[in-house]
Amino acid sequence: MADLKEQIIEQLNLQDVKPEDIGDDQPLFGDGLGLDSIDALELIVLLQQKYKVKLSNAEDGPKIFRSVRTIAEFIESTRIPNA
Amino acid sequence: MEQPVFIAGLGVISAIGNTVAQNLLSLEQEKTGIAPIQYLDTDHRDEFPVGEVKLSNAELAELSGFKHGISRTAMLSLIAAKEALADTELANLAGLRTGFVSANTVGGMDKTEDFFRDFLDDNTKGRLRNVINHECGAITNLVADQLGIRHYVSTISTACSSSANAIIYGARLIKNNILDVVIAGGTDALTRFTLNGFNTLMILDKQPCQPFDANRRGLNLGEGAGYVVLVSARIASSLKKEIYCTFGSYHNANDAYHQTASSPEGTGSLLAMEGALKKSGLQPADISYINLHGTGTQNNDSSEGTAISKLFAGHSPKMSSTKAFTGHTLGASGGIEAVFSALAVRRGLIYPNLRFETQMDGFPFTPETHFSTQPDVKHVLSNSFGFGGNCSSLIFSKL
Amino acid sequence: MYIRAASNISPQNTFGNQRFLSELAGYTGDGLTCIEPDYKALIDPKIIRRMSRIIKMGVAAGMDCLQQAGVNAPDAIITGTAYGCLEDTNTFLTKMVQQNEEALSPTAFIQSTHNTISAQIALLLQCHQYNNTFVNGGASFENALLDAMMLLYEGEAANVLVGGIDEITTNSHAILKRMGLYRREQVSNFDLLNTPGKGTMAGEGSAFFMLSREASDNDWAKIDGVSSFYKPRNTAEIKQQISIFLQSQNANIHEIDLVITGNNGDLKNDAVYEQLLKYDFANAPVINYKALCGEYPTSSAFATWLAAHEIKAGGCSFVPESDQTSLKKVLIYNHYQNIHHSLILLSAC
Repeated sequence: MADLKEQIIEQLNLQDVKPEDIGDDQPLFGDGLGLDSIDALELIVLLQQKYKVKLSNAEDGPKIFRSVRTIAEFIESTRIPNA
Repeated sequence: MEQPVFIAGLGVISAIGNTVAQNLLSLEQEKTGIAPIQYLDTDHRDEFPVGEVKLSNAELAELSGFKHGISRTAMLSLIAAKEALADTELANLAGLRTGFVSANTVGGMDKTEDFFRDFLDDNTKGRLRNVINHECGAITNLVADQLGIRHYVSTISTACSSSANAIIYGARLIKNNILDVVIAGGTDALTRFTLNGFNTLMILDKQPCQPFDANRRGLNLGEGAGYVVLVSARIASSLKKEIYCTFGSYHNANDAYHQTASSPEGTGSLLAMEGALKKSGLQPADISYINLHGTGTQNNDSSEGTAISKLFAGHSPKMSSTKAFTGHTLGASGGIEAVFSALAVRRGLIYPNLRFETQMDGFPFTPETHFSTQPDVKHVLSNSFGFGGNCSSLIFSKL
Repeated sequence: MYIRAASNISPQNTFGNQRFLSELAGYTGDGLTCIEPDYKALIDPKIIRRMSRIIKMGVAAGMDCLQQAGVNAPDAIITGTAYGCLEDTNTFLTKMVQQNEEALSPTAFIQSTHNTISAQIALLLQCHQYNNTFVNGGASFENALLDAMMLLYEGEAANVLVGGIDEITTNSHAILKRMGLYRREQVSNFDLLNTPGKGTMAGEGSAFFMLSREASDNDWAKIDGVSSFYKPRNTAEIKQQISIFLQSQNANIHEIDLVITGNNGDLKNDAVYEQLLKYDFANAPVINYKALCGEYPTSSAFATWLAAHEIKAGGCSFVPESDQTSLKKVLIYNHYQNIHHSLILLSAC
């Protein structure tokens, strides 16, 4: 999950945020890290580029992008069937 | 109330026709212009339907009189602007203070894309003539030169509300006695840049769009150009032809909510519509028809719908989004829809919201589903909202 | 309309009201680039992360101008930019070509829209008022000024924020250089106008003005009028435009205390000015400004800042001691590539 946090920081250009600042279960949107709908789209691109995971429906975003842990779980869940 | 400005000429090219008459026929016959991509050179060709003007670049060059190799944005612009000017039947432009205020968002991007393929590998490569008209303003200049207009030339770009703002600016130039005649509107060609850009936002519909429908999935991009010729009262009275309508009420507001998303409450759209009504001295019940911004995205339509519910509580006018015919033509949409609105006032027309099936939850109104003529279309409201929260509403009124 | 406050990020030390004249910045090569402030002090870091350089320059100058004026709710925000957000456009276009239209990220596309700067300022201020952006080449800033002037006159606004912004990017510089806009040989910006030749030096900047209908105690200057004209056929037509403009302002060329012209060191470009200098402007002190900011389509925003700055200071430091007069009226005449020409008249309050 540390790698994922670093990738998120880079993709979203979160200045002055370090991976250890983001809790595994900390909400990324709203009051948590304060991300918005554009960030959700950026995260979709990140998953596609780095993990070859395609999210075709933007409406699934809020569920998957709730926290770093839910993103990691989503990546795992899509990987296993293909492994 | 302030002195109104008069609309004396119209010109349009869009996915549903190359002239005002052709557009009108398609609207009457409820014939959409949304179709699979035919001309745009893109890898997404089979993925997204669009509202393309049904002419190749070579055919557009022929029709516009431009030489080959000029940006599609300029060719579309010239065709519609020429039609609008001819329609005005001004005997002589020479003695008049004439302006061309044209909006666009893509400029010569179609050509820049070609240039970039070679330039990226080696920055000494790529044909400069493909990038020389990249700027939005350069497109306006190309067309102004063809029209022979030099007195005042201006270009506005406020995303999807661009050409509504061009029409407002044009009217104000007349009201402030700076110009007598203004050809105002906008143009945009489909480009890979915009298609891919909207694709990253995941708001493109893979089927023909269904604006203001509960099951709407997104928007279809379109292309085209639309212009109205605005004239002062003095010029209007000197013309022998019939004037379409008056235009004097408008409002430009900002949603100030998010760079791309509209506020759920529809703050900006409500302010724009309210402001235009206030300027006209009209009551909500006086509006006969609303030409919606109605892109077909979840966000726009619910935001715009919320604002309409608030403002028109108890007496919803007839309304429809003509984007189901033309697609969302971005910088041209305000111009194209101004042409449709002026025709609606002049001839008492109500356009259908094609493909509407299911009522949106919580809204007390239903868009029109069929083309009709009505004797009492007195005031038409046209909405154009865009990225950056730019919201503009225009009101066209019967003479 | 009164200039209540102004803010300017430019290749000179103009931001934050430094005394830019005491230390003019020199550049050798074919371009001048902005001296940028520390944006973190000016823009919320949560918002700044998506901003490219031009957006930061625009938003910072705009916000600083509002702060100086003590206005946090302007009645309108209007910008002029010929090229818009070029770096964002470039980023998206490059990736689109390189990645064959696949897996593209949205931020650069969103930010590439021409109205991003005026929209971002509105967003930061929560300003729901009039918002407009002109993208009209060398008249973009002038159109924004005229729009502001009409709003004030119509009674639609009392305070309007107006800015002119353009940036140079690596690619735009390379392309414009190939088109022959810039000098082939190395030159110093201080020598640029003394060694006329082919081409000029590239420039960029972001200048914002708070324009008010009513006078206030600390106004910099007054903008009396603005006029732009398109592709004049010859010098006679330019002269005619100048004379019509001055007449409409009830001003006479002899009353002008200072003329600021847009000479840029390119022989062909400057020929227009030389004609006027010989006759029409022969009796007034004339200075030029592009040695300070370089050539770019909205450079007249820099000239307007300079004129207001000198009027506020009470005299022009670029004019020899013997020609010094208190500045009452200053005329700016500029053209960009002989397409859009413009006149801006300022006067002391």
